[in-house]
Amino acid sequence: MTRAVFERQLTEIQEDMLVMAGMVETAITQSIEALRLRDVALARRIIENDKEINRKRYECEERCIELISLQAPLASDLRTIISVLHITVDLERMADHAEGIAKIALKLSDEPPLKPYIDIPRMAEVAARMLSGALDAYKLRDAVRAREIIEMDDEVDGLYEQVYRELLTFMIDDPKTIQRATYLIWVAHNLERIADRSTNICERVVYLVEGRVYDLNVSKY
Amino acid sequence: MRQLDVKDRIMKELDETLAPASRAVAADIIAPEPTPTEEAIRPPAEPALFRLRDLGVWYGSKHAVSEINLDIPLNRVTALIGPSGCGKSTMLRCLNRMNDLIPAARVEGRVEYHGANIYDRSVDPVEVRRRIGMVFQKPNPFPKSIYDNVAFGARVNGIKGNMDEIVESALRRAALWEEVKGELRKSGLALSGGQQQRLCIARALAVQPDVILMDEPCSALDPIATLMIEDLIRELVQNYTIIIVTHNMQQAARVSDYTAFMLAAEHGVNGRLVEYGPTTEIFTNPREKRTEDYITGRFG
Repeated sequence: MTRAVFERQLTEIQEDMLVMAGMVETAITQSIEALRLRDVALARRIIENDKEINRKRYECEERCIELISLQAPLASDLRTIISVLHITVDLERMADHAEGIAKIALKLSDEPPLKPYIDIPRMAEVAARMLSGALDAYKLRDAVRAREIIEMDDEVDGLYEQVYRELLTFMIDDPKTIQRATYLIWVAHNLERIADRSTNICERVVYLVEGRVYDLNVSKY
Repeated sequence: MRQLDVKDRIMKELDETLAPASRAVAADIIAPEPTPTEEAIRPPAEPALFRLRDLGVWYGSKHAVSEINLDIPLNRVTALIGPSGCGKSTMLRCLNRMNDLIPAARVEGRVEYHGANIYDRSVDPVEVRRRIGMVFQKPNPFPKSIYDNVAFGARVNGIKGNMDEIVESALRRAALWEEVKGELRKSGLALSGGQQQRLCIARALAVQPDVILMDEPCSALDPIATLMIEDLIRELVQNYTIIIVTHNMQQAARVSDYTAFMLAAEHGVNGRLVEYGPTTEIFTNPREKRTEDYITGRFG
């Protein structure tokens, strides 16, 4: 007995999850592009694509439930399915954050720029690197790499703090900037949440490899 | 014609997928890995009722089970799992000297029960079997009344007291009383399979044992009767130590506190303990690849 059919189903749900992850990575990068380049069409596309990401998440969840109920998975099979369930939820929420950034890009597209974008794209770049690193760690079942990615969250938190202070200064100096600055704080907050969700994925990788659930993201901030 | 093509393609695909896997499995099973790692055998952090030391069983010249070192905790359910012929039933039978009844069976090593080796010359095997009861795969009530089935062992063993009370108490503890209290004179053989098995459990309880060994007690029962026995096992473990051999992995997961996984070099030869630990750990995160392969159905 080798369970070839089950094995194939298990591979398929993971491949589906990784396809979904690719879509989420694109949404994150493009949301910042839309903001920076005032690209209204791109922002609308991100908002539209989010529906497809949500659909994929529910589809993945249904397949996981089906495998649990019909195949009674145990040990690493069980841990894999539980991880996929958690990670797809995290990915779907990340896509919602990217969608949130796209909506702000739409709102800001008619407004004069407050300042050149420097720290926000840097935050986005680190957050995107964290996500792709977390997914690599998943594919390779590499708990060491997963722990390294979690460490990167401090950098994102540091940048968030910096962006927040800077925008606060703008608002104090000139109350006319309050609306735009608040929107940008939301953008930064979305990116900070995206990075946090990547650390959740890393925690799942550690669970998958070591069989233990830990809270590994103990922030210095 | 088109349907046939599809079927052929699927069969071919299946063959291609399965062939390398079954070769790998064969290699896995044959590969001799005699001694389990220390990490894989985690003795319970609670008082042990049995201590098995270097236990081995020979059937004639065949070494069926070897080098078993295992501590079985008091008032817990311990499940023995493993493929057919891995020696789990043989090991179970060592715990109350049932192997003595098989000609040509020879036991080596020690089985300490309450600190004393039950294989010492001075130990009476009949007394061992009174204190360590057993329930078998197929319900085997005597062709007697329900009452006599339960009273039989108690009478033979000279258990003193009011026999009606002894019978009622045993039937209650076996969760059968409510169903049979009005028809105790009915033949035990007239009961359903699940009831017969509970009758056998009541019969075992009536002689006041402190351990119950169960050798696949549900394999001849339907799912409802199985769940009743499983509930009963969880009930009984408050007062008894239970060791159960089961082929049903989900059952081991549902009823046991500790699980021991055994594997043999080939059918009936050199069965060894591969991994032992808390059931939740064995089923979610086993340490040994061979355990993982078995419980996830990669071979067996």
